[in-house]
Amino acid sequence: MLEGPEGAKAVEAGRRVTFGPRRSRSKLLSSFRTPLWHRVAEKTIAVLALTAIAAIALIFVFIAREAVPMFWESDFAEEVELPDLFFAKQWQGYDEPVYVWQPVGEPAKYNVIPLFVGSLKVTLLAMLLSVPLGIGCAIFTAMYAPRRFREIVKPIIELLAGIPSVVLGFFALMVIASWAQATFGFHFRLNAVVAAIGLALTIVPVIFTISEDALQAVPRTLTEAALALGARKYQVALRVVLPAAIPGIAAGVVLGFGRAIGETMIVLMASGNAAIMEIFDFTTSVRTITATIAAELGEVAQGDPHWRILFLLGVMLFVVTFVLNLVGDVIIQRLHQRLTASS
Amino acid sequence: MKYTKKDWLLGGLTGLALVVILLLLGVLLGQIIWHGAPVVSVEFLTERPGADMISGGIWPAIYGTVFMTLLMTLAGVPIGIATAVFLSEYASPRSRLAKLVRIAVNNLAGVPSIVFGLFGLGFFIIFVGGGIDSLLYDDTTPVWGRPSILWASLTLAVLTLPVVIVTTEEALRTVPREIRDASLALGATRFQTVYKIVLPNAKGGILTGVILAVSRGAGEVAPIIFCGAANFLPYLPTDLRDMFMHLGYHVYALATQSPNVDAARPTLFGTVLVLLVLTFSLNLLAVVIRARARAALRI
Repeated sequence: MLEGPEGAKAVEAGRRVTFGPRRSRSKLLSSFRTPLWHRVAEKTIAVLALTAIAAIALIFVFIAREAVPMFWESDFAEEVELPDLFFAKQWQGYDEPVYVWQPVGEPAKYNVIPLFVGSLKVTLLAMLLSVPLGIGCAIFTAMYAPRRFREIVKPIIELLAGIPSVVLGFFALMVIASWAQATFGFHFRLNAVVAAIGLALTIVPVIFTISEDALQAVPRTLTEAALALGARKYQVALRVVLPAAIPGIAAGVVLGFGRAIGETMIVLMASGNAAIMEIFDFTTSVRTITATIAAELGEVAQGDPHWRILFLLGVMLFVVTFVLNLVGDVIIQRLHQRLTASS
Repeated sequence: MKYTKKDWLLGGLTGLALVVILLLLGVLLGQIIWHGAPVVSVEFLTERPGADMISGGIWPAIYGTVFMTLLMTLAGVPIGIATAVFLSEYASPRSRLAKLVRIAVNNLAGVPSIVFGLFGLGFFIIFVGGGIDSLLYDDTTPVWGRPSILWASLTLAVLTLPVVIVTTEEALRTVPREIRDASLALGATRFQTVYKIVLPNAKGGILTGVILAVSRGAGEVAPIIFCGAANFLPYLPTDLRDMFMHLGYHVYALATQSPNVDAARPTLFGTVLVLLVLTFSLNLLAVVIRARARAALRI
């Protein structure tokens, strides 16, 4: 292939004459008569292509539809006061205002803050484990491993990504929990640490794959220039390649975070599921937003205040992951543009 | 190139990260095969579970998983392929619609699986199913508006849609532009080119996407908890409106709700092994087909 500005021009020109956007050709083709069923099929394809957009919209609308009646229903107002969802309240028999999630209590207490704390605690702990591991693996495979080795390691880590989360949850519940209790002497067998180790197994492949792609995408000219100037390999890795790939790695971390906060089966099986308002102790059992929805929705009557609140949790989860995904995608696209523009 | 001490340090530390991950994966596979393999037998695979859920086999769960996955594929794959064809063959990459579809696909891939469960319940079961019921029947017992294998499959079809779209689009991109140009130059219409030239040439890659989607869908549990998976159902689903047993859900239910988890251990490991073999063999198949398709295009 041609290199330099001439090459770029040739490619640009080629794109224009051969297979350009539809508009340029449809004028040409309109003089021929295409069979009716071709046009019908093409229309069908265009309509079906809207499914993804429709799905996103329908997901939001139909989860919100089950949640929002809480703002005007009298049944709901009788049982729950909206501020109690987020603010501490001094219930009868308590000495001070507390944050409690106790939907089967009398009266039922629906404070979502302990669930938020639980989700964030497990997720942050899982990130603490998986960010160094994922980025470490990526640096090793991209910078140090021989090519042969890389071609074996990548599919193996992708294999890890293909393990169903219920299997990882089972592994955390049966194997990691026993091992961790024997090693660290946890008071509770199932706790935030065990769930976080299980979660890390699903996030490492996400961070690894995106980071490794970003490291590989750094133009060879940069590394070669640094090496020619006499830089050592570790200097090239840490001061040239890593800084150039930082946005991609950041995107991997953001997307991994989104995956971790939305993961259900692993935390449902391995976190112990007690909604305890405890921020700093990682060895107590926790209950996350996702596990709460999965465990409780089956037992609730449709339209019940509890039902509405669980759907509200779903809406929040949807919005948070939606924003995280948008941010991650934007970072990846910017990086792609920057790297292709500079080379 | 000569490595310095600091090189060994960085290489060693990052290599250690890789060793930790590979070790964990090794322990996971080792434990499941070690404890699971002795349990798996012909009887285990073909018999129905006993009333305690521990004795007997897991045939209804295998059958339910495969049946659900087939329905999911039938519903999701045509839509996924159509979307990929639209993005790669019809829409200009700069058009606003194509960008919007792409953003939607990326975001759909990131929606938490439990949210898909809520969606299946709120949309398919309550809105669509409930709607059909109120149109067709006067009495209040739900016929369509309750959890069933149909709604679970459709929910998972939406969940796996991004997998099909992304891999199919990638496959379509690998078809050389010259082939399309040649077809158009011979007077074929755009649709004929897509249908007779582009799609057959991308067959391998598309198949890879379908298999990956199937493997993903077969392993998901969270979305089907409220959409149709049954705790214990010793008969096989014969109607689209029946509930069904599922391998992954069986593992979840046995591991967390069984009164005697120790007694359930062997059955659990056996079931996990079957599920893992199912998804892994699908993934492996996808890898092989993709490698072959790439090799074929390179020549």
